[in-house]
Amino acid sequence: MKILVLLKQTPDTETQILVSSDGKSIDHSQSKYIVNPYDEFAIEEALRIQEKTQNCEVVIASFGPVSARERIVKGLAMGADRGLLIDNAGWENCDSLVTAKILAAVIKAEACDLVFTGKQAIDDDNMHVGVMVAEFLGWPHVNVVTQLTLNGEKLSIEREVEGGQKEVYETRLPVVLGAHKSLNTPRYASLPGIMKAKKKTLDVKTPKDFGLDHSVLQTLQQTLIEGYVYPAQKPKGKMFQGEAVEVMVAKVVKLLREEVKVI
Amino acid sequence: MKVLVFCEQRDKKLKSYSFEALTIANRACGGQSANVAALLIGSGVDALSSQLQGWGADKVYLADDGRLTHYNPFHYAAALEAAMKSFQPDVVLGIASPMGRDLFARIAPRFSAPLLTDLIDVKEDLSGGTKPMYAGKVLAKVVFTKQTLRLATLRPNVFAAKQSKGEAKPEKLALSLTDDIPMKTLEIRKGKSEKPDLTEATRIISGGRSLGSAERFSILFDCADVIGATVGASRAAVDSGYATHDMQVGQTGKTVNPNLYIACGVSGSIQHMAGMRTSKVVVAINTDPDAPIFSIATYGIVADLFEAVPILTRHFKELLD
Repeated sequence: MKILVLLKQTPDTETQILVSSDGKSIDHSQSKYIVNPYDEFAIEEALRIQEKTQNCEVVIASFGPVSARERIVKGLAMGADRGLLIDNAGWENCDSLVTAKILAAVIKAEACDLVFTGKQAIDDDNMHVGVMVAEFLGWPHVNVVTQLTLNGEKLSIEREVEGGQKEVYETRLPVVLGAHKSLNTPRYASLPGIMKAKKKTLDVKTPKDFGLDHSVLQTLQQTLIEGYVYPAQKPKGKMFQGEAVEVMVAKVVKLLREEVKVI
Repeated sequence: MKVLVFCEQRDKKLKSYSFEALTIANRACGGQSANVAALLIGSGVDALSSQLQGWGADKVYLADDGRLTHYNPFHYAAALEAAMKSFQPDVVLGIASPMGRDLFARIAPRFSAPLLTDLIDVKEDLSGGTKPMYAGKVLAKVVFTKQTLRLATLRPNVFAAKQSKGEAKPEKLALSLTDDIPMKTLEIRKGKSEKPDLTEATRIISGGRSLGSAERFSILFDCADVIGATVGASRAAVDSGYATHDMQVGQTGKTVNPNLYIACGVSGSIQHMAGMRTSKVVVAINTDPDAPIFSIATYGIVADLFEAVPILTRHFKELLD
């Protein structure tokens, strides 16, 4: 069995996101990068299946800048066998449909049986790519997976939806699964793991290597981010301190009722 | 312009945010309700079409089949595809709910159609809009670059729903659903809570790590019961095991948009505030007057939450009884 994990490099969640002075792009000069947090759950789940399966290879693939290499190496240090970076040079600002088309071609070329990804990337927050990849391949997908059991070719899966409800699915390989937080607890890379990762194969390829011409991808690209703004600042609020708690709370409750009328 | 609106239901209950999408669709069509069609997918959902009367669409496509009782990406995408082929819309509009997000991402590649997700502002001609990124730390101005078929979902509870004429005449869609699909939806397991999900809640009370234990979250639940709020938590509280993952507000949790957000012992990390910044009114209770959460609070109370929250609960009770 071959499991492929789709990984994305994203800015750290504690990073302040800065808009460039012309408002056209994000200024990443101060950004610290991490593996998209949800992708860690994807890697962990792939490794757990590998531990229970004979002849199982786990490959980590990322479509991104050359700097994403380090993120792939982190996955290799956790225990994945091999890495694959598809250099996004020339496609840095492509939309999710283009990204999904490229990754679907990668999955096809790799002939994998199971694909994991995070339920969403925490930068553009779209939840597009995993689902779109499955559609391009004609495979089933389940996103926001909180629990899964693999039994031979069959899987039973829980997906979280609103109100704490779970949709329960039965599906079969091949399938694309988007990992949610509660699926598992990702392992830390061990020191020997980190050492071994340095020797593992990490190929760098381009979309062209997967038979995707610039023109094919260009037709799919139909959205554009024209610019960025910060959300409107909230006006300065009213602070209460130094009085009896009873008094302060009573004042706020009165304001909630009479000033902003939300109670 | 013609707009098809996916109107979501679960358990034969129409999601109220469907009216928000219909309002935007009707506005885009300049009030021409003949150019707006609604789509209902489910089993035994024909009765719901009457609820769509007077919401800006003259036609309601009914995709009604026993296989559509629960959401299933294969069957629901087939139903949406059938409606799109019949109505030939320029734009398909939906809501960025768990179902809407899933379905729209599934259908986009099938038509090689672009998709904009989770818009909080939309141009009148639906040529683009505004979408939060990085959990709302920045807002992106997004546009469609071609005038071909395009897809978009709107963030729920952001757009005002406004009634307008629209006959909502039902029309049954001819479907050829097959059981030979590689995935089956077995059941929908109900959540423990009858409260609305954080993402749909109009009132939220959330707690941080200073709650100190899962048991102590009960003072938040007591308050929530009085005002019909949903209880949330910071990542620190979730990571400490005091609250479950589905309660987490923030960049790796849920992005929320309530009318009232009461933050108790939440210091206000960057990633937490990104997820709740758009709350209309924020009340913050914290012992540390320098806690970042106070910078976005409408009303800040510098106090121990264990003292303040029970008093707050009592006051709410007196007010609402």
